[in-house]
Amino acid sequence: MNLEFSAEDNAFRDEVRAFIEQNYPESLRAVQEEGEEMGKEDFLAWHRILANKGWVAPAWPTEYGGPGWTSVQRYIWSEECARADTVPILPFGINMVGPVIYTFGTPEQKAKFLPKTLNGDIWWCQGYSEPGAGSDLANLKTKAERDGDFYIVNGQKTWTTMAQHADWGFFLVRTDPTAKIQEGISFLLIDMKSPGVTVRPIITLGGEHEVNEVWLENVRVPVENRIFQENKGWTCAKFLLAHERTGIAGVARSKRGIDRIKSMARTESEDGTPLIRDSFFKRKIAELEIDLTSLEYTELRTLASESAGKGPGPESSLLKIKGTEIQQRITELALEAAGHYGMPFFRGFPEDGSNLPIGPDAAHRTAPTYFNMRKTSIYGGSNEIQRNIISKMVLGL
Amino acid sequence: MDFNFTDEQNMLRDTVAKFVQNQYDWDSRRAIVKSAAGWRPDLWKVMAEELGILGAPFSEDLGGLGGGAVDNMIVMEEFGKGLVIEPYLGTVVIAGGFLKHGGGAQSADLIGSIIGGEATFAFAYAEPQGRYNLADLTTTAKKDGAGYVLNGRKAVVVGAPWASHLIVTARTSGGQRDAKGITVFVVPTSAAGVTRRDYPTVDGLRASEIQFDNVKLGADAVIGTVDNGLPLIERVTDEAIAALGAEAVGAMRTAHTMTIEYARQRKQFGVPISSFQVLQHRMVDMFMHVEQSVSMTYMATLKLDESDDERKKAVSAAKVQIGKACKFVGQSAIQIHGGMGMTDELAVGHYFKRCTMIEGLFGSVDHHLRRYETLSLGEAA
Repeated sequence: MNLEFSAEDNAFRDEVRAFIEQNYPESLRAVQEEGEEMGKEDFLAWHRILANKGWVAPAWPTEYGGPGWTSVQRYIWSEECARADTVPILPFGINMVGPVIYTFGTPEQKAKFLPKTLNGDIWWCQGYSEPGAGSDLANLKTKAERDGDFYIVNGQKTWTTMAQHADWGFFLVRTDPTAKIQEGISFLLIDMKSPGVTVRPIITLGGEHEVNEVWLENVRVPVENRIFQENKGWTCAKFLLAHERTGIAGVARSKRGIDRIKSMARTESEDGTPLIRDSFFKRKIAELEIDLTSLEYTELRTLASESAGKGPGPESSLLKIKGTEIQQRITELALEAAGHYGMPFFRGFPEDGSNLPIGPDAAHRTAPTYFNMRKTSIYGGSNEIQRNIISKMVLGL
Repeated sequence: MDFNFTDEQNMLRDTVAKFVQNQYDWDSRRAIVKSAAGWRPDLWKVMAEELGILGAPFSEDLGGLGGGAVDNMIVMEEFGKGLVIEPYLGTVVIAGGFLKHGGGAQSADLIGSIIGGEATFAFAYAEPQGRYNLADLTTTAKKDGAGYVLNGRKAVVVGAPWASHLIVTARTSGGQRDAKGITVFVVPTSAAGVTRRDYPTVDGLRASEIQFDNVKLGADAVIGTVDNGLPLIERVTDEAIAALGAEAVGAMRTAHTMTIEYARQRKQFGVPISSFQVLQHRMVDMFMHVEQSVSMTYMATLKLDESDDERKKAVSAAKVQIGKACKFVGQSAIQIHGGMGMTDELAVGHYFKRCTMIEGLFGSVDHHLRRYETLSLGEAA
């Protein structure tokens, strides 16, 4: 047992910290500080810089373009990114479909998709959920019927994040309607520019356009775009879901979130006393910090067993549940700290020309962010489903 | 002990409920929120002239219906069910409360225009630095001949873009947070020297930042006593909190009902999700929160005319319960709706947003917990 990082790890930390400081684009800082929705190029700017450096996909094997970092180095990297508040790398290509392709794909599929996924030329979206298949994902109805060298795909996907920018999507489709529910599913890569693909926005509570409906009408998909065997797509789906859950704890980002609340609590006062000295508020920050520390050491233990060669198991559900609960509480506290200035909503209202400031910058968008973060206990398998997984897979109940 | 409503009160509830049902359906509300004006002055006229509800809490000799706080509670609860955004709280409950209890030269006339639907009000009390302390005021009103000159800055004045008048709290003497030296004024929104920056709020209302630059007020602008306005401000704010609690009850009940209906029809794993015990228990907890909030709203409303300390304790206790309930019921409603709860399209998210804003209005759970502690356990506790 040893909680210290090694000298090599500390040298690694210095190296990546210096790289971020020297290479993070100033233009992105400005966009982030505005607090408004980011465009496609804003998301890709940092991605491309890291791709050039060979650091964009920390978990990928070196033969596919990963940096060959240990799990502890990856952890340090994510900490340093959060510390510098960099734009997160979109997970759909790097964390989700990439590992599926290099694990299950053919040499041709790897050659066609992995380099462009790494360099940001392909923006991926995830075609999993359907109106009738949320928590019960295997109940999906989108069907793909074989027609020579093509599948003809028909159906509707929903909650498809950032599909409005996507070049390609990875879809779960039903190829055998007569098989048992999890056995007739295949994993297809679909060019989003194919005829018959329609993307419609879903506006969420904070006014954001993050998610979409994706309609598929007689979309012709070459059979060569199927990953792994026909009707064995559930294997890829399960593999991907486990990968999606690692890193979902978001410990480093949450540390940064708590720092922000502390800084708000230093400037926001009641009766001349800063909130940071208010016994009630202070206590809530302390409790949150302790919960985050518990999660951090649980994640480190998980990492340690991963480096010992064990893949992420159902324990990762614990990281998802606790991680998202903490992320949500951070946004609750930020809104609370904002006081009256949690109320103003700026978006979509014409400027009236007067210069009266609407509250401090830190209060801006605290409420929409709080609303938006309610999604975290719903997506990626709701927290109720995650508890079911632990109950069944870990406790054997 | 009697928790029954009178026949008149039952009729009032019925009238307001029918109005919300027939003229304030979800599509209408959505259109109102998106419109340039952000409210429906014509519906306000309907409330005044056809329903007659704007006179509910005023005595008959002032032209009202002779009711009181219970009548406000009934109207606000029904409005909460439809997330009505027109300024009943700011105009009838708050301005009405100031004018009734504080009096002043213009009081009878202004109450007449409230009842008639001609005047609408917004309560300009909060300041950027003051958080929930009603006495933390840097806005000043300096004596100027027979009248006053008003200078300062007010924050997040809900309903100000629609208001013909503002109720403004200002310092006439003393230091920034002194209890003494505060006076309440009524100020026409159109007065020279009043600058507004209007904006939408996250729950679909409209509010303003307001700047007062040398706004000249007559002696008749004073409501209540000069330099001793704080007790009046506290009393009316407590009345507002009780009414807000009723709105929260209406909104939470509706969100709860929507959640039960959704859980009954939404199927996963071949069965309605309402058959899952973990969701059943959550919906039961929501129910208990709503019922406890109803009880606390009744209790606070019925104690509004008790001694100052009794009233404050009751109202703070109620606000603590309601704040916690708003959070639990709102969050649970979204969670059980799943992704659908996250959409702007479904009404339930808008109930969640309003409930979230009610949590913070006129003092957070922590603020009222502290006020309750001090009153109930003493400063030394």
